Amino acid sequence: MKKVLSLVLALAMVFSLAACGSKDDGKTTTAAQNDGTTAAAPAETAAGGETEAGKEAGAETEGAKEGVMPAIAKEDLKIGVIHITDPAEGSGYTYTHDQGIVGMQKNLGLSDDQIVRKNNVNDSDATAIETAIQECLEEGCNVIFATSWGFMDTCEALAEEYPEVIFSHGTGYKSNGKNFNNYFGRIYQARYLSGIAAGLKTESNKIGYVAAMGKDNSEVTGGCDAFAMGVYSVNPDAEIYVRVTNSWFDPEGETQAANALLDLGCDVIGQHCDTPNPQLAAEAAGVWGVGYNSDMSKDAPKAALTSVVWDWSVYYTYAVESIVNGTWTGENYFAGLKEGLVDISPLADFCAEGTEEKINEAREKLLSGEWDVFSGLIETNEGEVVCEEGQTLDDATITGGINWYFKNIVAE
Amino acid sequence: MDLLIRFVAAAVAAGTPLLYGTLGEIMTEKAGHLNLGVEGMMSVGACAGFLAGYYTDSFALALLAAFAAAAASALIYGVLTVTFMANQNVTGLTLTIFGIGLSNFIGILALGRSESGTLKLPEGITAQMRGAGLPGLKDIPVAGQLLFSYNAFVYIGAVIAVLLFIYFSKTKSGLNLQAVGHNPGAADAAGIPVTRYKYISILIGGGICGIGGAYCAMIINGGVWVSNNVGGLGWIAVALVIFANWKPLNAIGGSLVFGALRILKFYVPKSVLPLPNAFYDMMPFLITALILVAASMRKKQNLSLPGNLGNHYFREER
Repeated sequence: MKKVLSLVLALAMVFSLAACGSKDDGKTTTAAQNDGTTAAAPAETAAGGETEAGKEAGAETEGAKEGVMPAIAKEDLKIGVIHITDPAEGSGYTYTHDQGIVGMQKNLGLSDDQIVRKNNVNDSDATAIETAIQECLEEGCNVIFATSWGFMDTCEALAEEYPEVIFSHGTGYKSNGKNFNNYFGRIYQARYLSGIAAGLKTESNKIGYVAAMGKDNSEVTGGCDAFAMGVYSVNPDAEIYVRVTNSWFDPEGETQAANALLDLGCDVIGQHCDTPNPQLAAEAAGVWGVGYNSDMSKDAPKAALTSVVWDWSVYYTYAVESIVNGTWTGENYFAGLKEGLVDISPLADFCAEGTEEKINEAREKLLSGEWDVFSGLIETNEGEVVCEEGQTLDDATITGGINWYFKNIVAE
Repeated sequence: MDLLIRFVAAAVAAGTPLLYGTLGEIMTEKAGHLNLGVEGMMSVGACAGFLAGYYTDSFALALLAAFAAAAASALIYGVLTVTFMANQNVTGLTLTIFGIGLSNFIGILALGRSESGTLKLPEGITAQMRGAGLPGLKDIPVAGQLLFSYNAFVYIGAVIAVLLFIYFSKTKSGLNLQAVGHNPGAADAAGIPVTRYKYISILIGGGICGIGGAYCAMIINGGVWVSNNVGGLGWIAVALVIFANWKPLNAIGGSLVFGALRILKFYVPKSVLPLPNAFYDMMPFLITALILVAASMRKKQNLSLPGNLGNHYFREER
């Protein structure tokens, strides 16, 4: 082990020398890159045609930008995956990510021993994160996917320490444009669509939303706003009530928050949290809900109108393919409905009449690219205008700057 | 007013798992044994109760399974601390880690075997355990909703609390148990079988905790299996024992207060009290700390606190 580590460290030093080096160094890197591409070429043809999504994504970037990292031949790939919980749970966040990894593995034809999983890594414990990643590196991983928000800073630090390893971190915002990037998706687009189902279904015109984090968290708040805007687009009279659990995973709190919302008279419960508990609370109360992460109709078949879902295999396939092809750019990845990264699960048959038509209409608009959720006049529930007519919020604002609630969210 | 009633009802629901954990731990501590494994025993009970309910569709069997499995895990603690005199704190902590791990492990195994990819309790048991309160009585305005609208766990918990109260204060056996907790040497000299009392109280205490765990798995999580479903409630129960001053009837009030504090953040509008959620999360523990301070300032000796709590009893060292 020590030998491997010292070798890695030595390599790291060589690379860091190269990084701050002169023109000559630059040449050698390109040479290495060329080698990489030729080596990877047969691998690429082998993988070719196996996935549409992957191919599309690959085609998009082709020629757009040159890779910044030497290509890694497919058989030399070893991928470390850091999970916050256990994918065996069968639903929720980690499960969805792992399904993405499994999908990528299938798409690219990687063998099982090329994937190293570290499960149950506490994302607020920097030491635990570092240990897990170091273990992956010791096992020879040259690509690390870290799937939870809290892994971000450790990944950033280790990316500097191990410049030859590619670190890809989910749901954050940092990147170094080289061996550390970030991937996330326009989940708000799917949330907007799910809001339409909720807005059409509600009878009390009170809709609840169990949020993991408060207003200062742009990911959660932006998603909630998009959901509320979806509701508003079909039912301007409905109001959204938000309850915050302050935790990404809190089975008890999520149930209690949902029950509190039900006690207020809400009859559709949306959620941005890990367990299906809000849906189950809605089901027990005989009302409806909108699930998240995975299709929650399998947990609450009588309540879930639809679920806002991820298909992470789209990204994982794209990322690993770009590493194999030497086209890895180290840039942040932020795809949406169009790429198939986010979507809503099939609508339940107890959705209100006309739901499907309305959703398809909005979907067309989103897919055409001429309109996005955060476009046009947006007023907050404090009466402030955060987006003018004809404007669209930029991605930096969407990922990091949404700290307001849309006007139909009840301020209390 | 309506919302207030709903809040109280929600507080009772939130306090129920705490009540079981607290009662179980009171029972254990009365014998002079501090079992920090409440969280673990609750987890084991959660797993056993849930799976028994899942496969048999019987609420009674689920309760029995939860009680028996948690008592069995308490037996590990009992053997180690009573017979082998291992350190009680360390044993309890280990039991917590073991219990959570075992429960998640079995849960995931069962999940892997299910065809639908999810473990959901069948309709029959769901109807039995949610019960729709007490028929007839629950339709009384206000009082009906406040007293008679709960699921079966709530009433069973209250009955256990009353039974424990009667046992501790009205029966000879209960007095013997407390003697063991206060001064096992003296109890032994008086002819009380110390070891047997300790084992029985540890096992029953563990079993009661297990029912609380079943509540977490079956009610809180809406009848669908989720890992780590006890979620730290066992630790709060350990704190609640002090809050309740080792008195079973106080435990009812204490768990209601703690339950209310845990859900307060979802019911108080931010415009009324602009406090961050973290403040509410802190409240139960702040209150426990204050009570500890108050208790330590009392001049009179606290007779409810088992005098020999946390110490071993080794006959030859008398």
